[in-house]
Amino acid sequence: MSDDDKGLFQNTRHLVRMAGIFAAGIVAFVGMRMLLVPEGFGRYGHYRAPAIGDNMKKPISYAGRDACAECHADVVEARKASKHVGIGCEACHGALALHTSDPAKSKAVKPKAAQLCPACHEQNVARPKWFKQVNGAEHSGGEACDSCHAPHAPEL
Amino acid sequence: MSDSRTDKNRREFLLQGTKFIVLTGVAASAWDYVLAGTPEAAPSYKASQHWWAMMIDIEKCIGCGGCVRACKAENNVPLEPYYFRTWVERYHVRGEDLAHPDVDTPNGGYDGFPEIYHADDGAKSFFVPKMCNHCEHSPCVQVCPVGATFEAPDGVVLVDSAYCLGCRYCVQACPYGCRYIDPRTNTVDKCSLCYHRITKGLTTACCETCPTGARQLGDLRNPKDPIHAFIREHKVQVLKPQMATGSKAYYNGLDGSVR
Amino acid sequence: MEETLLAHVQGFMYPNEMELQWSVLIVLYPFITGLVAGAFILASLERVFKVEAVTPTYRLALLTALAFLLVAPLPLQLHLGHPERSIQMYLTPHTQSAMAMFGFVYLWYLMAVLVLEIWLDYRKDIVLAARSSTGLKQKLYKAMSLGIDNISPESLRIDDKVGRFLTIIGIPSAFLLHGYVGFIFGSIKANPWWSTPLMPIVFLFSAIVSGIALVMLMYMVVSWFTRREISMECVDTIGRYLMYAFIIDFTLEMLDLIHRMYEADESFKSLDFMVQTKLFTSQILVQIIFGTLVPIGLLALPQLLKLSEQARKGIYLLAGSLTLIGIFAMRWNVVIGGQLFSKSFLGYTTYKMGFATREGLLPAIILLVLPFAILWVLVKLLPPWQDDTAKA
Repeated sequence: MSDDDKGLFQNTRHLVRMAGIFAAGIVAFVGMRMLLVPEGFGRYGHYRAPAIGDNMKKPISYAGRDACAECHADVVEARKASKHVGIGCEACHGALALHTSDPAKSKAVKPKAAQLCPACHEQNVARPKWFKQVNGAEHSGGEACDSCHAPHAPEL
Repeated sequence: MSDSRTDKNRREFLLQGTKFIVLTGVAASAWDYVLAGTPEAAPSYKASQHWWAMMIDIEKCIGCGGCVRACKAENNVPLEPYYFRTWVERYHVRGEDLAHPDVDTPNGGYDGFPEIYHADDGAKSFFVPKMCNHCEHSPCVQVCPVGATFEAPDGVVLVDSAYCLGCRYCVQACPYGCRYIDPRTNTVDKCSLCYHRITKGLTTACCETCPTGARQLGDLRNPKDPIHAFIREHKVQVLKPQMATGSKAYYNGLDGSVR
Repeated sequence: MEETLLAHVQGFMYPNEMELQWSVLIVLYPFITGLVAGAFILASLERVFKVEAVTPTYRLALLTALAFLLVAPLPLQLHLGHPERSIQMYLTPHTQSAMAMFGFVYLWYLMAVLVLEIWLDYRKDIVLAARSSTGLKQKLYKAMSLGIDNISPESLRIDDKVGRFLTIIGIPSAFLLHGYVGFIFGSIKANPWWSTPLMPIVFLFSAIVSGIALVMLMYMVVSWFTRREISMECVDTIGRYLMYAFIIDFTLEMLDLIHRMYEADESFKSLDFMVQTKLFTSQILVQIIFGTLVPIGLLALPQLLKLSEQARKGIYLLAGSLTLIGIFAMRWNVVIGGQLFSKSFLGYTTYKMGFATREGLLPAIILLVLPFAILWVLVKLLPPWQDDTAKA
């Protein structure tokens, strides 16, 4: 077949066909975007709006001191005049959301004073000077802290 | 998420949480929008009415590591010593040499800080708790290619782990080293400011368990929040202010050697 | 694992910093895209700037660029924690993220520039091959010709015009492709080793250097294998351009270095220590001395002395190989070096490369060999030489 004497239409047909392929590709891309962009994307900003809910949904481990106070009014009372009044219950007793939601099923464990107290009160030069610190070995000679100090009101 | 899964979660939470929910009013109202199934559109927690920040008082930190332990427990953070949403550093500055402090963070402070310095060595020592600064102009949010980390309307920088590619660009972009890749999910993780707690009216796990109140969650949009008075009455600073990230973690007593 | 990770740390690092985030695969990524951009710019020398001497490498350069560009996204894909989610970069690209734009710049460059330009340039060959071949091969060539048999002089003239236009668009596109790779690093203000406005332009010129060196080597090696005579005018010209580009590249890198040393900001002591210890071999020895100064010196020899053909060929071979090693070391020093120091400037960690792990040495080697395999197929399919007789 002769290649001569063809018009502009004939001589650019391959380019038009290629342009058609590109156009089809772009249409396919736009279509895919419409189908696949997740729900709620961009509602508040450049993110999936339901991701906020996902972050809220996680279960709680630490119930918070207010939850403890509902049942343990005696301990609240005992701590009232003490320096330990501001400490959250779970700082010493550990995470207790399971206990507060079903006290029968999950019991709080009494922490061991010999391990618990030094975590805060053992002497350490990096601790602020105002904070009460002792050299455990000299101070009690290994005797458990709670044989003298009541943890909820440690002042003697 | 599918409806049936939400329903199941709902029933489970109802059974477990009824008592707890009844206890605190705010939490109870928070429950309403969890029930509504579209928590982000919930009427009782209005994100636009809050602007969360953290106040950290170095003068009060005793380095007990309670915050680190509570954070890992509350947020299911891997226990290895190089994955932390919050950690505590110990600084030891000799004389006037602010440029070369000795810093250590044994297991991020998870097990506390065994004494390694002497009281009369002519140096000063102190603890610095670290966490995500929830920057207003977060470099991590800026670089995320897909919007898998973002600033919620209440100023909390959150991660969408269902959408994260695991490209790690945000880890590189954070000037404070607050991000890590969770090896179990291959997605990024970092402090969410206990978003699941603060939106229910609770404070963060680290604040809840800090024995000295060295960490305080604050709501800058609540005029009655004590954080306003605290910032007014103290000389506060943010970490690496030259980074201009709009950090919302305010430190009191921040030494010039801290970086 | 935790014992070893902690053991790699000297001084103080933020705990989350101990794990290196970007591995050797992320070293490959700028290296490979650099080769693409450089090879294309060499090709455009002939097309746009009418440097006739480099004509013998024109098609080879385009095919080389295509082969490497096809492999460029693979190291990224392999590195992702969730490769199956990478489509999100196209669905919800974050316009403020340099990385999000990669997908688009890549597609633009691959489809609109490289594939189109190669297609237009080869259309006559494709149609002729479709006419003369049979069976499956014919079907393949027919498909590549889009089923249009027309190779009238007028249609080829139009192709040439469109092709030239594409090359003109292609040059800024190639600059964009690699300049933006530099921006990915240069725009991270948290990392002083990366954060410099010079980074995109340093990446660009090192890309040009590496691409020119690669095409020069490929041309010589392919010619030897196919027993074609090497055009000395061609390699002499390429060698000269390589030297010019290398001098600009080195000047920019030294400018960056001198600027850092003179300003000596808060990060300087920490970075300086790193260069003198952990990066000494890869930065001072491999990158600067053996990967830059030696090849520049070698390339200068033919300009200064009258050398025999054989000697010049040897020089180009050696200089080209050293150049590729040097530019690879440069990418290594940027990517890995930028993660060895703590952002507290108080400590360092070590990069331990695995071997047969997902991001280890083995996949890296495979990814570096793969483009050559693709190139081999492309050369078979689309022979880069204009006629099948050896060129004098």
